[in-house]
Amino acid sequence: MTKKKTDIKGFFKALPKNIFSGFVVSLIALPLGLGLAMASEVPPIAGVIAAVVGGVLVSILGGSNVTISGPGNGLVGVILVAVATLGLNGTYAAIICSGILLTILGFLRMGKLADFFPSSAIQGMLAAIGLIILGKQFHIMMGNEMKLPGSIDYLLAIPSTIVGVFSYSHSGFTYAAISGVIALAIMVFYPKIRNKYFHLVPAPMWIVLISIGVSYFYELVLQQPHPVDPRYMISNIPTGGQIVSDIPTPNFNLVNSIGFWGSVLAITLIASIESLLSIKAVDQLDPEKRRSNVNRDLKALGLATIGSGFLGGLNVVTVIARSSVNVNNGGSNRSSNFAHATFLVIFILLFSTQLTRIPLPALMAILVYTGYKLASPSNVVKIFKIGKEQLIIFFTTLLVTLFVGLISGILAGVLMTFVIHVILNKDLELFIKNWRKPNVLMFKEKKGDQHYYINVKHFCTFLNFYRLKEKLNAIPETEDVVVDLSLCEFVDHTVMENLSAYQDVFHKRGGHLEIIGLDLHGTDSEHPFALRRLIPGIPFLTGNLTKRQTTLKEIAQGYSLEYEVDVKGNTEVLDKFRYFKTKKIEKIYNRLFNEDDSFSVFDIHYSEGEFIAKEDVRTTMLHIKLEHAIPEFTLDREGFMERLYAIAGYEDIPIDNHSDFTKRFYLLGKNPYRVQEYFNDDLVKFFECNSYYHVESDGVSLLIFRTQRTSGVKEIKKLIDFGNRLRKVVVKEVQVAY
Amino acid sequence: MSYTSFKNIAIGIAFSPTLEANVSEAARVSCMFGAKLSLIHVGPRSDEKISIIDQYIGNCGQSQLSYEIIFTEGDPVGVILETVKEHKIDLLLLGALKQEKFVKFYLGSIARKLTRKATCSVLMMTNPSVIRKPCKHMVVNGLKDAHTEHTIETAFYVAHSLGSNQLTIVEEIEQEKVSIKIDDDQSLRKANLLKEKLKRQEELRVQGILSHIPSDEKKDIQVSTQPIFGQRGYSIGHYAQIVRADLLVMNAPKKSSFLDRFFPHDLEHILNELPTDVLIVR
Repeated sequence: MTKKKTDIKGFFKALPKNIFSGFVVSLIALPLGLGLAMASEVPPIAGVIAAVVGGVLVSILGGSNVTISGPGNGLVGVILVAVATLGLNGTYAAIICSGILLTILGFLRMGKLADFFPSSAIQGMLAAIGLIILGKQFHIMMGNEMKLPGSIDYLLAIPSTIVGVFSYSHSGFTYAAISGVIALAIMVFYPKIRNKYFHLVPAPMWIVLISIGVSYFYELVLQQPHPVDPRYMISNIPTGGQIVSDIPTPNFNLVNSIGFWGSVLAITLIASIESLLSIKAVDQLDPEKRRSNVNRDLKALGLATIGSGFLGGLNVVTVIARSSVNVNNGGSNRSSNFAHATFLVIFILLFSTQLTRIPLPALMAILVYTGYKLASPSNVVKIFKIGKEQLIIFFTTLLVTLFVGLISGILAGVLMTFVIHVILNKDLELFIKNWRKPNVLMFKEKKGDQHYYINVKHFCTFLNFYRLKEKLNAIPETEDVVVDLSLCEFVDHTVMENLSAYQDVFHKRGGHLEIIGLDLHGTDSEHPFALRRLIPGIPFLTGNLTKRQTTLKEIAQGYSLEYEVDVKGNTEVLDKFRYFKTKKIEKIYNRLFNEDDSFSVFDIHYSEGEFIAKEDVRTTMLHIKLEHAIPEFTLDREGFMERLYAIAGYEDIPIDNHSDFTKRFYLLGKNPYRVQEYFNDDLVKFFECNSYYHVESDGVSLLIFRTQRTSGVKEIKKLIDFGNRLRKVVVKEVQVAY
Repeated sequence: MSYTSFKNIAIGIAFSPTLEANVSEAARVSCMFGAKLSLIHVGPRSDEKISIIDQYIGNCGQSQLSYEIIFTEGDPVGVILETVKEHKIDLLLLGALKQEKFVKFYLGSIARKLTRKATCSVLMMTNPSVIRKPCKHMVVNGLKDAHTEHTIETAFYVAHSLGSNQLTIVEEIEQEKVSIKIDDDQSLRKANLLKEKLKRQEELRVQGILSHIPSDEKKDIQVSTQPIFGQRGYSIGHYAQIVRADLLVMNAPKKSSFLDRFFPHDLEHILNELPTDVLIVR
């Protein structure tokens, strides 16, 4: 119970900060809410209603911590379609139904839904939504409102609107365009101005304040009517009392039509994807690194959407931009979301008439800017860097969404991704045969440092990433995890990107997530998130360093060693070791070594047996060349006989006065007496109090390694450290002995 | 001891390119168990065939091996099963096929049927070879099942006969046992506590089984355990593949129905992609 009390205490302590943060968020939410609603062709107040209902319900029932909920920009496109086909009251009915579906998704624990969409397809969809918003609102911003049949037509009409601005016959339109351009300029240049006081008020609120200021200037100082044409001013913002009396009655007459459910599905799909992606992104911003309860949030969002729909509001989703403002202003729990809703109510009650002084183009400039950011060319460049195939997926989704519709767009994106994966691998069977297999294995290694070890088989793409994700979610972020993809023939961009996000989360919370086994996979681009494919037959590709390889490079610099990615052909130095008597070294790569090559760490690929009995092993080893001769010996943990069977016939060499050492270690050597002589107190103690490694001497050098898999970066650091200290002990040894 | 020692070993043979490898491996395995080998061939008897087999067995240098070639005719599955009953076979050997492109193995349709229907233990060999490959590391299932104790005891017997010195007992714990759904930090903590508890319970159970095994049997064998949360049957195969085990020992499946082929579970997963040699204990 004491924990609960401190929680309440902490809550009240953080309350002032959260209220302030909620206030700042409401300054953005007000203009955005109005704008999004008008862009969707519903009454402007609908956006504010969604924000208020969402803020209240989600803050009470939700499962995330610092998110802000309200009307989302992704939904503009689908709501537009719904209003056109179903009418306003039919749209409210569709919103209510989508709220019910969202709640059901939450109860079915479908928070993982968003994982089934390839990253590039989602990017393409968001870009398409951005273009839809931008295309439509651009004309209003320029004082040239028009009605065109398709979203693509609006985009094509942009040049003619720009040209037309200079030939308006009516000055009211020209002023409308001026207000729009100024507002857009504020949005664009706001981040570039570095002034503490200027940044106290967010850009959209500056637009609102300046617009109202200008309006009063004309009315009170110049005593003139507002120069912007009245058609381009925000109209009909109801007062508090009117909102209650004007509550629309949702029209459920169309429930039996296909079009209705098409809209409901589209709204639900976008609402859930936008919310889930936002929650995921906001979790990464959370300074306290808490994990959101996604399914609970979905339920809360669904309920809020139902409520909002009945009150005449838009869908309630989790929104990333407002949430990040919340975090930046010190929001630390859900009370800031509640506060943001409260401030919105206060604004509407007190200032609803003032809002009619804002020119419509100024408000739409905010949306044009949002739309541009979603579809910004820099996103396209980013995707192109990852790989050409991602660009195909991106544009397929984008174009199908623009020309046909949202659901078809995302489906086309998914299909295209799959087709590209099949073509790249020239193998359909790989996906079909292995899709349903539980191909992810996770266990806590019982030996050594008790890492969590995850191994993925066959392939890992957006189709089955949820399995890997499930396992990753079950690991506390403070632990060390090794994800081994060496048995995967194919890993796609979605997985690489998501794993990288997991790496960040683990890193921030004190854990460590390492991806191994990709060094032999080929890629076509140099981006770290590029898809990777195991290419049989092609020996080695060094075009793109994996994250592990770049880190190795850094380690090399840290220990002032050289780093070499390429395969080293000459492996004769290792042939003298007994361990390799029965094994064939295939290649040595990822080498870290010092100037005279006397100290080197490397990944090694060797095989045992021949032809069908051949077994491939990849592991990491340390080789130290010594200046003096030492006896030949092999030392390992007692019981690890498997590595030593080749030397059968030798007995464990007991060391006098160190029964514990003899019990714990298995020591073999050609000449037992020399070995016994050589293992003096210092050396025995060194082995006793350090972690276990397999150590082998061929008379002039030492070979040190542990696990029979490639080591993670952390493990390599430990190995280097162990080797350095062992070398010191061994060198001292020699000086004493001779 | 509750294990049945393998005294009569049988292998079904066809005159294919892998014949020599299959015969050599079978001869070697039979010698290691000190058992009599029956080579069952479904097809007409001919002196030429007999001389080929005699020659192969002569080549692999197992002079003390007693063997017999049985010629039968009819539907291979039915005939082999009948012969197994008739000759009181304890262990049936099956060779797996290898998929080209990548190193993957799977069972042919006859071998699959035999595995499901056989009344004796079955050893599926992924790598039959003319030259011997040592069997060093064995992975054994430690499922919560009445049959498991028998399987583990047999595993020790096999380990001794084949000269393995490392034996890992894998306790597969089904994900459904972890009744707590992970949503946030709190439920994650709870789920992990529950997992630790389940692991301890499993560990205790397996240690209980191990304590029944005479120390003579455990001598010279390094025994370790590894609890895994995952799908039954599949994760143990995956584990065996990762640790590069040489032999995977499993309980015999409960009666498998027609539906199991569409919704694979336990053994069916293993039959789909053999991770290594597999011994099914009955």
